[in-house]
Amino acid sequence: MSYISKPRVPYAGIKRNKLGLTIRDYEGGMSTLCAGCGHDSITAALVQAFFELEVAPHQVAKLSGIGCSSKTPAYFLDGAHGLNAVHGRMPAIATGANAANRNLYYVGVSGDGDSLSIGIGQFAHAIRRNVNMLYIIENNGVYGLTKGQFSASADIGSTAKKGEQNQNLPIDPVVLALSVGATYVARSFSGDKDQLIPILKGGLMHQGFALIDVISPCVTFNDHAGSTKSYAHTREHIHETVRSDFVPPAEAIEIEYQKGSVTPVRLHDGSHILLRKVAPEFSAESRSETVSYIEKHQAKGEIVTGLLFLDEGPGDLHETSDTTEQPLCAIEYDSLCPGESGLEDVYRIYR
Amino acid sequence: MLKSNDVIANDFVIKVANVNGTGSSSANSLLMKSIFHMGVPVIGKNYFPSNIQGLPTWYEIRVSKDGYVSRSGRVDIMVSMNAQTYLQDRDEVSSGGYLLYDSSWPREDRLARNDITLLGVPLSRICNEAFTSARARILMKNITYVGALSALLNIDHDVISDQLKRTFAGKEHLFEANMKAIQLGHDYAIKNFSCPLRFRVEPLDYTADLMMIDGNTAAALGCVYAGATLGAWYPITPSTSLMDGFTKFCEKFRIDPVTGKKKYCIIQAEDELAAIGMTIGAGWNGARAFTCTSGPGISLMSEFLGFGYYAEVPTVVFDVQRVGPSTGMPTRTQQSDILSCAFASHGDTRHVLLFPAYPEECFYFSLEAFDLAERLQTPVIVLSDLDIGMNDWPCPKLTWAPSYKPDRGKVLDEEELEHLEDFYRYQDTDGDGICFRTFPGVHPRGSFFTRGSGHNQYGGYTEDPEEYQQVLDRLRRKWETAKKFVPEPLVQTQPGAKSAIIALGSSDGAVQEVLEHADQPLDYMRIRAFPFSDGVQEFIDTHERIFVVEQNRDAQLKTLLTVELNIDKRKLISVLHYDGFPIGSDHVLAGLNGLLKESVRV
Repeated sequence: MSYISKPRVPYAGIKRNKLGLTIRDYEGGMSTLCAGCGHDSITAALVQAFFELEVAPHQVAKLSGIGCSSKTPAYFLDGAHGLNAVHGRMPAIATGANAANRNLYYVGVSGDGDSLSIGIGQFAHAIRRNVNMLYIIENNGVYGLTKGQFSASADIGSTAKKGEQNQNLPIDPVVLALSVGATYVARSFSGDKDQLIPILKGGLMHQGFALIDVISPCVTFNDHAGSTKSYAHTREHIHETVRSDFVPPAEAIEIEYQKGSVTPVRLHDGSHILLRKVAPEFSAESRSETVSYIEKHQAKGEIVTGLLFLDEGPGDLHETSDTTEQPLCAIEYDSLCPGESGLEDVYRIYR
Repeated sequence: MLKSNDVIANDFVIKVANVNGTGSSSANSLLMKSIFHMGVPVIGKNYFPSNIQGLPTWYEIRVSKDGYVSRSGRVDIMVSMNAQTYLQDRDEVSSGGYLLYDSSWPREDRLARNDITLLGVPLSRICNEAFTSARARILMKNITYVGALSALLNIDHDVISDQLKRTFAGKEHLFEANMKAIQLGHDYAIKNFSCPLRFRVEPLDYTADLMMIDGNTAAALGCVYAGATLGAWYPITPSTSLMDGFTKFCEKFRIDPVTGKKKYCIIQAEDELAAIGMTIGAGWNGARAFTCTSGPGISLMSEFLGFGYYAEVPTVVFDVQRVGPSTGMPTRTQQSDILSCAFASHGDTRHVLLFPAYPEECFYFSLEAFDLAERLQTPVIVLSDLDIGMNDWPCPKLTWAPSYKPDRGKVLDEEELEHLEDFYRYQDTDGDGICFRTFPGVHPRGSFFTRGSGHNQYGGYTEDPEEYQQVLDRLRRKWETAKKFVPEPLVQTQPGAKSAIIALGSSDGAVQEVLEHADQPLDYMRIRAFPFSDGVQEFIDTHERIFVVEQNRDAQLKTLLTVELNIDKRKLISVLHYDGFPIGSDHVLAGLNGLLKESVRV
């Protein structure tokens, strides 16, 4: 059960980050997901990413909705506050929490049911507001906790465990996110940690809404032949566009790169993402070109992965709301209350 | 029986029937404010359609030297500006009253009633001659009837002029045009009627230190004073003006003088589900946050309200009630969300409710709501209604105790966490049912997992029967604690009273008037919060017969009383009003006298 915590016995010589913390300090409770579940790999990638970014766990807020994916915040960063909201409503919680305290790191974990069906409205609107957070969809095309119904990301023709074929058009969270203005959009695969970890790090450091759609196979209900979200199908049809590396602010970018093959992008905190092209004709700079690239390859049955779009330009929720640098939750009451003189003003206006 | 020539000063009702979208509201508020500034208590009630232009709308001004704020059931002067509703408006005039209408098109034959006096003023003709633009001709018709009324009712010309000066400060040409219209109406009335009428205004000094404000604005001001920094909402009548008020006050009071940045954040959410999600997210993170809505919004917010109750996250919701069920009548008033708010959400869920009765209380209950929400770590719903929220009420100058500090409840800060051995979120360390909480980002030891799923006192997920029940029982204990913190009911007694009235919220005005005019002495208890504090049971126990006055069909307050308390429900008699207009004192009186068909309900 998730409340059984793992033993935290660091062996001698275990690597510590600059906060003096080991990777164990970034772990959480025992996972209660099925053995082999893609979600557990994503959890492990998050643990690694936070450890390497040297973020203090209590400076992170972990948020989720309802479903298998939404259980996972209990499995990483024990030292962080977590909130497991109601189904499909994590984006609203994240928006309010972020509005109240802009100084924390926000990571939301959701699933294809949570974000693309019941919560599609909140998902889209959190993107529109460019809430500064990392938003992960652990996408397996199926409702796991209720035992195998198709989700809104299931492809046409993909079959359920008992053979039934999905007839409805899928919603691609990446294309949706691009169409409503997401500023950092990526797709990855739970089975490709090397690709995933730098994408997660970049998303956390990106000033704005970072969506990572991670294909994360459901070993129990959607890993059979005929499913387009199985391990085998995903591995076979993956089409990687770019490989990204994350370089923290302190480190200089000394990598020699051949013009046109590696592009460095500077993030607000001074860190960089290096985009190394895998597919030569792909560029992560244009929203519309990314959409058409995805659609072109989707038509061939390919799953386009990598950091697909990045724009550090647009302001986040706080910038567009013009709020103070000081988090709203930390402002002294005395400077919020207009006091007696305020009521005098009010009296004059309404007299 | 009044003789037709008896002078009635400062005690009458003016009702203006108009077409919405013609600018009548500024004329009506000019009329009301002018009487107010003559020192005479007034209240204005707006009966408007759910529409932007073209449908009937009414504005009722009660001039009452006694300060009564409810409808009286009388209309002494009807200003009939809407041909669509002429006959209905004529029929509503009380015997001995007056009907003023636009006689540019004479209708004496159709509007005549032998017990009322017709006052024909050719408003359109006057304005067409005096003003050139089409828009001015329409708008000024309204100002012109105010001018006519100023002569008929003896309203001080200088006071009107001062009001217009305030309204059109810096817009001299508009001031001049409005004054011209006032003068034209005034002169016509002087020339053609015997002015003033027997209904008239005589200067008093009863409104010193009062202002005219609506409950939504007052509640919004309360949010500013409570230190709320996040308002999240979805537009819905009749609550919209609450967030408008918050925005306006924040722009005035909450801009950092050095950086020019905002010390607040207002988010127009995509729906009510998101609005309350945002306030809960902010409350969890240590900011004071609120949302405002009406009945349909409460339905949508219910799931999150249950989350807030079970996961124990403070938030404040203003429910400015309108007429249900379903979409109902969005621009009409009711008190019909009492039960849906008390138990909003599935499972064993219950919520703290506050019932302000007028704008002044909206202000103070705003502060109270935030303090209670944080002290009790739970959502608090303030149940106002359209009558309180959107109408202008006389309101005493608000006072401020500089010593006020927000009650943040049991929150562990960095220092305390540093010295604490263990922290468990849902452990009741002192038996009051309220546990300590922590905010994210404060201290590594403060972390915990907030969830709406089954959890134990350590904050861990559980499906264990005992662990689950322990938390649920503790929440019940917290509910008992809440009874000691919520505002007590207000009790008024009369010598020898055996019967009593119980009411809440905006029904108060009508009850207050009835207490002075009923043919029996009556005690009165106004309930101001749920859960009911012990005084409520006691009051009911000590009276033989109790009239429960409320503005809904199903006797929701009575239901809640009988469900929550140990009382003989046969002694509770309902007096119900639910047609969408605010309850009047005449209705309460009829209910007391057993004259309402729906009044007996066991």
